[in-house]
Order: sequence, then C-alpha cells, then structure tokens
Amino acid sequence: MKSLIAVHPDDPEVAGHFEDIDQQRESSSLGMWTFLATEVLFFGALFVGYFVYRVRYPEAFRRGSEEMNLWLGGLNTAVLLTSSLTMALGVHAAGHGDNRGIRRFLAVTMVLGLAFLGIKAIEYAAEAHERLVPAVNFSTIPPDEAGLPSARQHPRPHQVELFMIFYFVMTGLHALHMIVGVSVLSFLFVLTGRGWFTARWHNPIETAGLYWHFVDIVWVFLYPCLYLLRQG
Amino acid sequence: MTSIPYIPAYATAETYLNRSYRIRSWLLTVDHKRIGILFMISITLFFVVGGAAATLIRLHLLSPAGTLVRVETYNRLFTLHGVIMVWFFLIPSIPTVLGNFLLPIMVGARDVAFPKLNLASWYLFIIGGSFTILAMIFGGTDTGWTFYTPYSSQFANGHVILVITGIFVVGFSSILTGINFIVTVHQMRAPGLTWFRLPLFVWAIYATSVVQVLATPVLAITLALVGIERIWRVGIFDPAVGGDPVLFQHMFWFYSHPAVYIMILPAFGVESELIAAFSRKRPFGYGFIAMSSVAIAIIGFLVWAHHMFVSGISIYAGLVFSLLSMIVAVPSAIKVFNWIATLYKGSIALKTPMLYALGFIGLFVIGGLTGVMLATLGLDMHVHDTYFVIAHFHYIMVGGAVMAYMGGIHYWWPKMTGRSYSDFWGRIAAITIFLGFNLTFFPQFVMGYLGMPRRYAMYPPEFAVYNILSSAGASILAAGYLLPLIYLTLSLKYGERVGNNPWGAVGLEWETSSPPPVHNFHKPPVVTDEAYAYHKLKFTPES
Amino acid sequence: MNQFRLFPEEASNLAPQVDAIFWFEMAISAFFVLLFIVLIVTFAIRYRRRSESEVPPRIEGNLPLEVAWIVIPFAMLLVMFYWGGLVYVRAKRPIENATTLNVLGKQWMWKVQHPEGGREINEMHVPLGRPVKLVMASQDVIHDFSIPAFRIKQDVIPGAYMTQWFVPTQLGEYRLFCSQYCGNGHSQMIGRIVVMNASDYQAWLAGFVPDESPSAAGKRLFESWGCAACHGQRAPTMAGLYQSKVLLSDGSIVLADENYLHESILEPAAKIVASYPPIMPSYRNQLSEEQIFDLIEYIKTMQSVARPPGPGIPPTGPIAPMPAPSTLPVTGDSPRRIPNNPPERHPPGFDIPSNLKSP
Repeated sequence: MKSLIAVHPDDPEVAGHFEDIDQQRESSSLGMWTFLATEVLFFGALFVGYFVYRVRYPEAFRRGSEEMNLWLGGLNTAVLLTSSLTMALGVHAAGHGDNRGIRRFLAVTMVLGLAFLGIKAIEYAAEAHERLVPAVNFSTIPPDEAGLPSARQHPRPHQVELFMIFYFVMTGLHALHMIVGVSVLSFLFVLTGRGWFTARWHNPIETAGLYWHFVDIVWVFLYPCLYLLRQG
Repeated sequence: MTSIPYIPAYATAETYLNRSYRIRSWLLTVDHKRIGILFMISITLFFVVGGAAATLIRLHLLSPAGTLVRVETYNRLFTLHGVIMVWFFLIPSIPTVLGNFLLPIMVGARDVAFPKLNLASWYLFIIGGSFTILAMIFGGTDTGWTFYTPYSSQFANGHVILVITGIFVVGFSSILTGINFIVTVHQMRAPGLTWFRLPLFVWAIYATSVVQVLATPVLAITLALVGIERIWRVGIFDPAVGGDPVLFQHMFWFYSHPAVYIMILPAFGVESELIAAFSRKRPFGYGFIAMSSVAIAIIGFLVWAHHMFVSGISIYAGLVFSLLSMIVAVPSAIKVFNWIATLYKGSIALKTPMLYALGFIGLFVIGGLTGVMLATLGLDMHVHDTYFVIAHFHYIMVGGAVMAYMGGIHYWWPKMTGRSYSDFWGRIAAITIFLGFNLTFFPQFVMGYLGMPRRYAMYPPEFAVYNILSSAGASILAAGYLLPLIYLTLSLKYGERVGNNPWGAVGLEWETSSPPPVHNFHKPPVVTDEAYAYHKLKFTPES
Repeated sequence: MNQFRLFPEEASNLAPQVDAIFWFEMAISAFFVLLFIVLIVTFAIRYRRRSESEVPPRIEGNLPLEVAWIVIPFAMLLVMFYWGGLVYVRAKRPIENATTLNVLGKQWMWKVQHPEGGREINEMHVPLGRPVKLVMASQDVIHDFSIPAFRIKQDVIPGAYMTQWFVPTQLGEYRLFCSQYCGNGHSQMIGRIVVMNASDYQAWLAGFVPDESPSAAGKRLFESWGCAACHGQRAPTMAGLYQSKVLLSDGSIVLADENYLHESILEPAAKIVASYPPIMPSYRNQLSEEQIFDLIEYIKTMQSVARPPGPGIPPTGPIAPMPAPSTLPVTGDSPRRIPNNPPERHPPGFDIPSNLKSP
C-alpha cells in the first residue's frame, strides 16, 4: 500500500504530495466530512421516500411501527450510543499517543458494534417468524391469528409491506455501514499494534471515529422514525 | 510570472510520461496526470460505443417505418446510447480527464489530496463500465436511460439489473473524484494562491464536485430501490401495490437535473480558459463568472421537477419549479455576456481551440434559450417529450459539453503530450463538427414543435424530411469526430515537440515543462499575482 | 394529416395561446442569437491578432454592465414565467358543461369511451366547439396522451386519474401520440382525432352500435360484486354521491369526483367517510381500469334518491388476473408482468392507417 505513494523527504509521517503534516491532517478530515455529506444524502433519499409514504398511508405505517420490537430497538440504541462514547475515548487516547488505550477502546467499540449487529439479527429473525419479510413470507394475516375465524383476525393493511420494505432497506443499509465500520476499526486495531500512530499523526483513527459517530447518528434518526412513531 | 520565455522542451528530462514504460507503472499509478490519461482513453472508447449506437439510431430513422433494426433492438439502442453517453462519457469527460490532469497543476500542487482514491475512482469506473458493456453484450435493456417506473421495474425486457449495477458503481467513481477535487482545492493550493486568484476552470470544477458529491448518492439509492423492486418483486414505485411512480421521478431528477450541471459546468470552466487564452485577456467580470458557477451549482438542486410538468404534479409545484428554472438561466446568461465582452479589444487568434470555444457560445446559447422555452409551463405542455427536448439537450450536451471538451483537449494537448498537432486539420474538424451538429439537431426543433414524440422506432411520414436531414447531418458529425481521433493519434509520433507555452497563455500549467515532470513543477510555485495577468505578458523571441 | 409542414395546425382553444408564447420567446431568442453572432464575428475580425507578441490592454469588468445583463434577462424571464404559468393554469382549469370522455391507455393502445356508449380504439371523435373533458387512466405503465394540433399533453400515470380539458376549434383529422416511452409498441400507440360538426357527431354516435353502455356495464358489475350489500346500509350510499362534498373521518372535506371514486375503490382505507367503519376491502388487482370506469359511470347515474338495488348476488369469484404467458422471447432478468394483448374487437369502420402499420 505505502509503496504506491512517495514519502515526504523531510518527514516520514507525511505523504510526498503534501507540504507538511498539518496539510495532511486537514485534508484527511475534510475528505471524511465531504464523504459524510455524501452519506447524508444517501440516507436522506430513503428518509424522504419513507416519509412520503408515511404521510400517504398513515394507518398502515403506524401498524408497521407497532410490529417493531420497541425494547430490542431501544437496547440497540443504548449499545450504539455507548460505542460512540468508547470510540471518542479511543480518539482521545490516540491524541495522547497511548497505543494501549487505543487498542482497548477500539476493541470495546468493535464488541459493541458486533453486539448491535447480533441484536439486529435477532430482530430480523423475529420479523421473519412474524411473516413480515416482503417478497419472502409477508402475510397480511399475523401467523398467530391464522387459525382464528376471520372475524377475530386483525389483518395488516397491505401497505405494511411497503413499510417493511423501507424498514429492511434502511436498517439493512445501516447494518452494512456498521459492518464496514467494524472492519475499518479492526484494521486500525492491527495497525495500532504495529505502532503506526503517534500523538502527532493519528488522523485515520480520528476520521474512523467521525464515520462511526455518523453511523450512530443515522440510527438515532432511524429508531424514532421506524419504531417510535406509533401513536397518533 | 511577468515574463514567459519559450523554453525548449526537456527532451531528455524525466517527465510523467517517460518515467517508466511498464504496463504496471500505468495500472498502479497514483499520478493524477497518468490517471487523467487513463480516463481519456477509457471515455474515448465509451464515446465510440455510444456514438455507434447513435449512428445506428439515425440510420434506422431514415425512413418512417424504420430501415435497420427491429423495434425491440431500437429501444435497446437508444437506452444504450443514453446510458453510455450520460454516465460513461459526459459526466466523467471534463472532470476526470482535464480536471485530473490540470486541477492539481493549476493550484500548484504535486498531486490531488488522495492519489490512491483517485486511482480507485478509475478502477470503479472500469468496473461499472464492464457491467454495462456486459449487459450490452448479453443484449442490453429497453428502459431508456431514465428508468421510469413501473416500466423499468416490472415490465422492461433485458438486463436492467446489470445496467443499474454499472451505473451504481460508476456513481461512486464520480463521488470519489468529487471528494478528491474539493479537498484538493481547499487544502492543496500553492502559497499565495487565494480563492480569487484561482483560474475559472478550477472554480467550475470545484462547483461541479460539490454537485457530484451531493447528488450522486440520491441516484445510487434510487436505482438500488428500482433494482430491489425488480429482483424481489416488491412494490416501491409500483402503483399496483400502492407505490408511487412519480416519487421515482422526483428522486431520479433530483440527481439527474443537477447531473446536467455536472456535465455543463466544467465546460463553462474550459470555455473561460479558452476565451481568455485566445483573446490574451483576463476574462471580463472574473468574479461574476466564478460566482455564477457556484450559483448554478446551488440553484441547480432546486429545479428538478421541471422535467415533470405534465406528469400530474400540482399546479403550484409546477409554478414554483418553473420560476426556479427561470432563475437558474440567469447565471448562465451572465457567463455568456462576460465571455463575449472578453473578446472586446482582445487579441483574438482563431486557432483550433478557439473555434471550438466560439462554436460553443453559439450552440450553448441556442440550447439555453430553448431550455427557457421548456421551463415555460405553457410551452412545455406542448413540446415535452418531443424531439424539441432531444434537440435542446443535445445542443447543451453535445454543442456545449462535447465542444468544450474537444476545445480543451486541443488546447492542453501540447501540455499533455509535449507535441503539437496539425492546426489545419484541427480547424477543418472543428468546422465540420459545428456544421454537422447543426444539421443534425436543428431540424429536430422543428419536428419537435410539430409534435414528433421521442423514442419512436417508426414515425408518421410527415416527419420524414426532418429525419432525413438529421441523419444526413449525423454522418457529417461522425466524420468530424473521426478526424481528431486520427490526427491527434498521429501527432503522438509525428507531431512537433513544443515548449512550455506554445500558445503564449498565462497560468501555472504553462510555467512547467511540456509534458510536465512527475511532480508537476521543477520548483514549487509561489503565486504573487491574480489569474490571467495577460497585460503583464512579455514575449522573448524564441531562441 | 400526413402532409409536410413547418408549423403544426392550431385546432383547439389552447393552440393559439401556446403559440403566442412560442413566438414571443422565439423573437427574443432570435434577437439574442443574432446579437451574439454579430458581436462574435465583429470582434473576431476587428480584434484579430496582428502579431504573435501582441498584448491587449487589461479590462477588469464593468459593474453597471454586469447589473444590466443580470437584471434585463431576469425581467424577461419573469415575463415568460408569468405568461407561461397563466396559460398552464388556464389549461388545467375545468371548463363548465364539458362532455366527459374516458380514456384508457394500455400497452399498446388507447381506448376511448363515450358516455353514450360508443367505444373506440386509437381513435377519438369529438364535436367541434364543444368543451371536452378527458378522464384518463392507465392499466399498466405510464403513457402520455398527446395531441400536437391541440397543444395538449398529459402523462397518464397508473393508479390515479388524470384530467384534461380542451375545446376543438377546427374541423379535421389530427394525430394522437403516446409521448411517454412505454415499451415495444410505443411508436404504434398512435391514433387519429376526428373533429366533427355537432350534427355529424350525433349521427356518428347514433350509427355506432354500442356493446353495452358504460353505466349499464357498471350496474352489472355493481350487482355481481355485491356492492349493494354494504353501500346504502353499513357503508355510505352511492346515490347522489358524484360531485357532492364528502366529510371524512379526519374532519376534512373532499369533492367526490372521478379520482375520489377511483381511489376509494382501489384504496378504500385512504379516505374514510366520517362515522362509517373502515370495512371495505381493496379491489386492487381485482377490477380492471375499464371496469372501474364502468362502475364510476354507473355511480354517476345514481343521482336520484332512489334506493340502490337490493342485496346483490355474491361475487362470482375473482376476475382473471392480468398476467398472461408471453410469446415474446425474454432474456435477462425477466419482467414480472408481460403485456397481454388479446385481439381487440374493433368498432365498425376502424382500420389502421396504412402508414402506421408495422413494417
């Protein structure tokens, strides 16, 4: 990897095309911020689509939200917010050149990230069991009411399927971002072990932190929109 | 910067071109100049494919019943033409070729901020392109480049998913390039190079990059939803299950209208450079031209629904988007007035690039004014989705973006290759392209106002005359495009070697050798003066 | 109809209005294009480079000029916006006492239904000087109903009704196009508009042998689907419903026009009438757009307070769904729905113009 780009003649921590370490640092931060702007629009398009249909089919979307597992979602919110804290602590440790601290906090963050994905998987499994997966097994009759006479069933409106499509696409895309995040952190974990980062140059950890916080914030919007909008 | 001597080429010095001849040194290069060349070769290939499709389309339309192919094939041809030309030629053209090559040099940097991302961008382009070419080999698809639902998601034939995947991937190539340029302009400017000393080309590329970064993700997610709908047979935009096909149009045009500015803004930048260099004058109203690029980038995000005036959006939405579309015409008008004012009291040399630049003004003005007609609600009711629209956007995209790209290539060719081409043949080609273009597309305005709808594989006989004229023009246009391919290739071997500054132009790129060294400058540049300080230009006699 | 022209005929009330804007903008455009050409050519000659080392004087810019060429174009654009908006609003405004024709677009034909019972395919006969209202629906993809000589064009989006008003002002035959790409038959989804004298039109209608009037067909559907089992009792009555104001459960009031009726059949839960329970199931994918047209025509006739027909016959089972096996070779990720084109029974006197036949 490194061999592709020449190193600065006066400073081994700076790539050859930069003037100095400040320029390299600022470039890397600005690059990540710009990328996050892209990400905002990426998720933003989905949120817009979701709300267009939510306004059009308020009843069905409310019913859809009621099918969500409020508590698992809430637990996941707590897990993610905690991981943001540990990520911030990791970045703080990086600022002091504390390599052991970085590794410790990165490890905790990764574990929390994986815990989030695990809980999400449990939710997905439960939803599959509830016959809520569009195109796979979606049914307007809840499975536990299937045996009841039709007068006592509470069929889901047809547009609940539309809600579930957005639910799976949005949380799926978010989970994909989590997987990318955990992979990046594990990569940084290894590099930290090899002593790549110093108090002077640790921008990859900082920008990875930015990314991690962004992915958390997306969840902070997803959770109320998908889970909590169930009344009125 | 006060005097620009003609220094003979560094025939023996190391340049970015002769540094290494191994194939690996190209495929793993992180040098922005080499990546620019890689892009130039790739998009030229795509231009040939897209152009071949256009040629077949025009041949087919020579007679009302269609002369050449079956209807199914015709639909796949125009889809292929649109997809290839929009995403694999026009959008990457000026930013990835001229932008990559010149932007770092113009800001006095050694490279872009993220050279490896830059290379990744090319690979993503190639991967995305491969998907699309693969889809074409398997038989293509017949959605049209706009992928309107529910046709694309539920009814279309062929390999919709492959094509969508290609566009999805190439979108990320576009985003990476945009991020790279934004950061480069912000962070990598040479000492003394303040924002208002930047060349107008840099301003234009900067504004384009902002649009690329903000609009492309919306397209990516929209096409992904279409793909999901098609693969899993669910309804997101399908009215049969409560979805809304018009929502797709909103989301698609939220990207695809700004995409028009991704194509034309860089062309504005090239145009400003050409007009300045061949009038030997600082562009009239530099600040207004720079700011109008930024204004277009911003307002361009607010006009998307003018593509949907007849799709049943509310009257109020129609009025608002019509007004906003009128407003976005103002910054374009500012540019045109300023370019023409730059010519006043200039020292005008009608070299090949300048012919393209002047042709650009004429064609772009026609394209822009017909665009205003389309933004007028009462008129759009009649001409929407007719050949009037086709003619309008070809005047912008081909008459504007491609003319500027050609002009830019001819202007910076000596800098890129260190050799000059035949100016005689260059001018012949420029004039041929200009005439051929007008003959191809002007009749389409008339036929569009008469009502001929777009995407018709066969048409009523009263339109035959216009179609024949158009096809005749297309053959001239094709010949015009072949010429540069020949003489520019020949110039690589037989062209005369040139010095640093063959045109007597002002700009950082003309202060380094032709072709530039690996790190762009022999001595890091320090900027002490405004851009385009032509009045301080002094000529020392060539040795 | 198929003679060479430079400019389209003006055959509706809208045509002169649209053309007036066109000529206005054309004049401005021509002025600017000519101005720019003259300036460019003059400057290119007058200020041509006379020696290789020539350096012209520096001119930074000129603020009054910049302001002028911002303000003047902007003012012109505002005029164009205003005028264009005016005509657009006028074109969208309902015209009183219009004859309503139902238009159905499907891959790949236009079906036109006259209220008196005449049904046409790829043709539309309209009386001269009488306002016409088109209520348009699509059975499958987006189509676009476009008559260049009338300067009207409207996308027909599946799932909702689109309306369009016009008054034919010139006798003759004109082209009808589908302007929105809709698949293989897109360029054959074209037809003929015939503007006739009112008397000829009446004669033409009379000479038409209708299969069954739309409202009669609707009545049959209304009974066979058992609509009356609820409507009039547990559900709102249909009598006098059309064009009345309906109070919804969320407190808002809507006009019961065609689009409302259409939506309420396909998506009953979208607008619930106040004080009625939301018990009606969706008839999406069970009724075709043509059947819904018929039902609505029947509902329109139920203007009196007469009681709707008594308890109906139970539904005769679901109607055959749209998809049908295709004979077209299909490659790639194949479409979900393949258009099904049963041979249509053409109305008397119908024949495809020779120039429009496929090769």
